[in-house]
Amino acid sequence: MPEISVQNEDFSVAAEYDLLCQEFGAGAVVMFSGRVRDMNLGDKVGGLCLEHYPAMTQSVLEAIVAEARDRWPLNAVRVIHRVGQLHAGDQIVFTGVASAHRGAAFDACEFIMDNLKTRAPFWKKEQTLEGDRWLEARQKDLDAAARWDEQERSADNCCQGTKA
Amino acid sequence: MIKVLFFARYREQLGCSELQLGEEAGNTVSSLRQLLSDKGENWAEVMRHPTTLVAINQTVVSDDASIAAGDEVAFFPPVTGG
Repeated sequence: MPEISVQNEDFSVAAEYDLLCQEFGAGAVVMFSGRVRDMNLGDKVGGLCLEHYPAMTQSVLEAIVAEARDRWPLNAVRVIHRVGQLHAGDQIVFTGVASAHRGAAFDACEFIMDNLKTRAPFWKKEQTLEGDRWLEARQKDLDAAARWDEQERSADNCCQGTKA
Repeated sequence: MIKVLFFARYREQLGCSELQLGEEAGNTVSSLRQLLSDKGENWAEVMRHPTTLVAINQTVVSDDASIAAGDEVAFFPPVTGG
């Protein structure tokens, strides 16, 4: 099973869970799935089209997963992102992480999602009754991703302080 | 030759997903931006947009990054996946 898939097809959370559970050392499995909302910015959304930059998407997702593995001891990681035409209620994205304990699994799952949302080259175009519109990036997503950099910097400072 | 790609809103706004350019592109992102800006008002608008991202060979870079023959340069708006 590849760690990363970018695909048109839907996925099964139950099947992904079974795969994440294959290693008995993983006492904690945390999964996130993102779906197409039927409302956004006050408008009814029928669906959306997801465009991406194929040559770059895979390498950015690989880099994010590698960074997560550097930060936490992870037994298994799985990232799936769908592209193409999706409808309200459809699943868009899946991130699953297995680790010995829940703290690392929760943190790594959130780290991967926060970085995916701000670094992986995907773009959503929503279909509403008012017409189609490209979504704007949101500051709160950038803030969520920046939080992990701050944590890393403060951890570095802490180590330097200990050595001194 | 370099390959220049445009994605999402920019691809639509420019009516262009890919260009092949020769030496006229210059050797930095800044010189390429200048050349593309001169193609028309809609091009200038995309190029001066403060949040436009540029990647060379699939890695996001800053405006002073160098461009070499054979590179793939992509312009795109901030990402909105997930």
